[in-house]
Amino acid sequence: MPVIETHNLERVYQDGSQVIKAVDGIDLQIDEGEFTAIVGPSGSGKTTLLNLIGGLDKPTGGQVSIAGENISDLSDNQMINFRLEHIGFVFQAYNLIPVLTAVENVEFIMLLQKKSKVERRRRATQLLEAVGLGDRLDKKPGELSGGQQQRVAVARALASKPDFVLADEPTANLDSASTANLLDIMARLNREENMTFVFATHDQRVIDRAKRIITVEDGKIKSDVKVDH
Amino acid sequence: MSTLIKIAWRNIWRNRLRSLVVIFSIILGIWSGVFINGFSYGLNRQRTFETIKSNLSHIQIHDTAWSQDPNIENQVLSPEKITSFLQNHPQVNAVANRILLNGIISSANGSGGVQITGIEPEKEHGLTGLADDLTQGEFFGEKKNRIVIGEAMAEKLKARIGSKVVITFTDSKGVIISGAFKVVGIYKGVSSQLEQLKVYVRQRDLRKLLNEEITVHEIALMTTGMEMVESVQQELQQKFPHYDIQSWDEISPELGYADELMETMLYIIIGIIMLALSFGIVNTMLMAVLERKKELGMLMAVGMSKKRVFSMILWETLMLSLCGGPLGILLGYFTILYTGSSGINLTMFADGLQSFGMSPIVYPYIEISFYFGTGLLVVVMALLSSLYPARRALKLNPVEAIRTI
Repeated sequence: MPVIETHNLERVYQDGSQVIKAVDGIDLQIDEGEFTAIVGPSGSGKTTLLNLIGGLDKPTGGQVSIAGENISDLSDNQMINFRLEHIGFVFQAYNLIPVLTAVENVEFIMLLQKKSKVERRRRATQLLEAVGLGDRLDKKPGELSGGQQQRVAVARALASKPDFVLADEPTANLDSASTANLLDIMARLNREENMTFVFATHDQRVIDRAKRIITVEDGKIKSDVKVDH
Repeated sequence: MSTLIKIAWRNIWRNRLRSLVVIFSIILGIWSGVFINGFSYGLNRQRTFETIKSNLSHIQIHDTAWSQDPNIENQVLSPEKITSFLQNHPQVNAVANRILLNGIISSANGSGGVQITGIEPEKEHGLTGLADDLTQGEFFGEKKNRIVIGEAMAEKLKARIGSKVVITFTDSKGVIISGAFKVVGIYKGVSSQLEQLKVYVRQRDLRKLLNEEITVHEIALMTTGMEMVESVQQELQQKFPHYDIQSWDEISPELGYADELMETMLYIIIGIIMLALSFGIVNTMLMAVLERKKELGMLMAVGMSKKRVFSMILWETLMLSLCGGPLGILLGYFTILYTGSSGINLTMFADGLQSFGMSPIVYPYIEISFYFGTGLLVVVMALLSSLYPARRALKLNPVEAIRTI
């Protein structure tokens, strides 16, 4: 069963008298364990597509299914809960709660899931060790570098045991070394844990590592290529 | 829940200066509210106490016709029965009876209408405390035809200790009676009106001047405390149904009203202060929400429910207010505790105050329940102030909130 599936997905914006079709009838299927990059220039509809897949926006036509469940008809509150249980997010910036430490940030997601304190601490520590931050558990975001913050965000995204991780320009603010390091970690998690990653990016460094590259233009899929590394 | 509170608490301190300014303004606002209220309430309470002490007493007993017609004839019949009952009553501290006559006092330099009060000086001690209010002279002594007058009256008559004055009144048949008295004491009353109104002489001197038998017009008593007044009054009414038995707030309703009015006023003042403070809180929290748009958007994106976002902002507001509120109340409490025992001296304005029946030294006072009431109001204010910023937070759209880089 595919993790993400869209049917004739459509998202139309009304800008004054102008109707903009940001996403125009996209059929897409992403299977478990994929490491996919959605690319395209600004205004191509890539971000809109990502928001629809991530349950942050609602389609005006067609539907999105995550792990077999159609999320297009969920209410706002149901959608929040669905995101919590099924999708991990890594954003470009403002990923973390600045007043919480690294480990508390990762725990926070599990707290929302009402996991026990012991389990929260155990898994959060484990995940932070996995992203190489075992010695930074009690540092607040302000005390971490940009790369380290993004690694905490990855750990946080994985904490809820999601069906897939959606990463929106995760490397935009990072230098080459941090980018390589972050991508290494995500690639390893993909390889070892079979975790599905979907990126929206125009960072060549990310595209180079992706196993599938979907190019979006004018709200449509222009090309969909699988790459063997 | 506890993590939510922890986040809320830490969020308050992200902008330390801003939060401290709000907290400080809450402290100052509540403190000044509590103090102003303590001051007004203390002033009013003092006025009530002093008027009761010097003029009204807790309970007065008169003939039933007296309140309509305070005439020499409307005397309390067989007062001994009542006084002996009262003297043995465990809830009664002091009893005195008085002859009350309206008349004129005159000296070589002036005259004025007065209420001549015939007293038994030794019985007045626990009641009016007149002896303590003397600023000059002594409280009667042994010689006959001595009179105690107020400072304002002494000034009007240009009388000093030892001066001769004449009091004039009529008996029950309308015969004018005059008697010469020597000023032996001058008292300071709660108000200059009272000082001009009341003069005190011995009952036995009055009885000698009158060519008729006279009992008394008034039996005044002090109970062991304000809270006993009602029960003693009821008991007396049952035991002596043919007399007019009135409590202080029935004799002088405006004093009782002032008490009730004051309580309402106090809450109105505190309410206005809180309203002003709440605008500051709303403003601060709104800033805190709007500058954290992206962070709040991220929280909603990763799965924090609207309910939780709402309660986080609610907790932040509540804690911000609760940092200041209790401190303000505590500061107010200690200020009132201190000034309540040391008093605030308003001698500079005392002349004005005194003519309103107020003492120049004010002892602020507030009922303990008022502090709890204020505390509750702080919580209510905090909750109400949090609603708007919290609602604003909910209206944020996670996509827009994150994607504005």
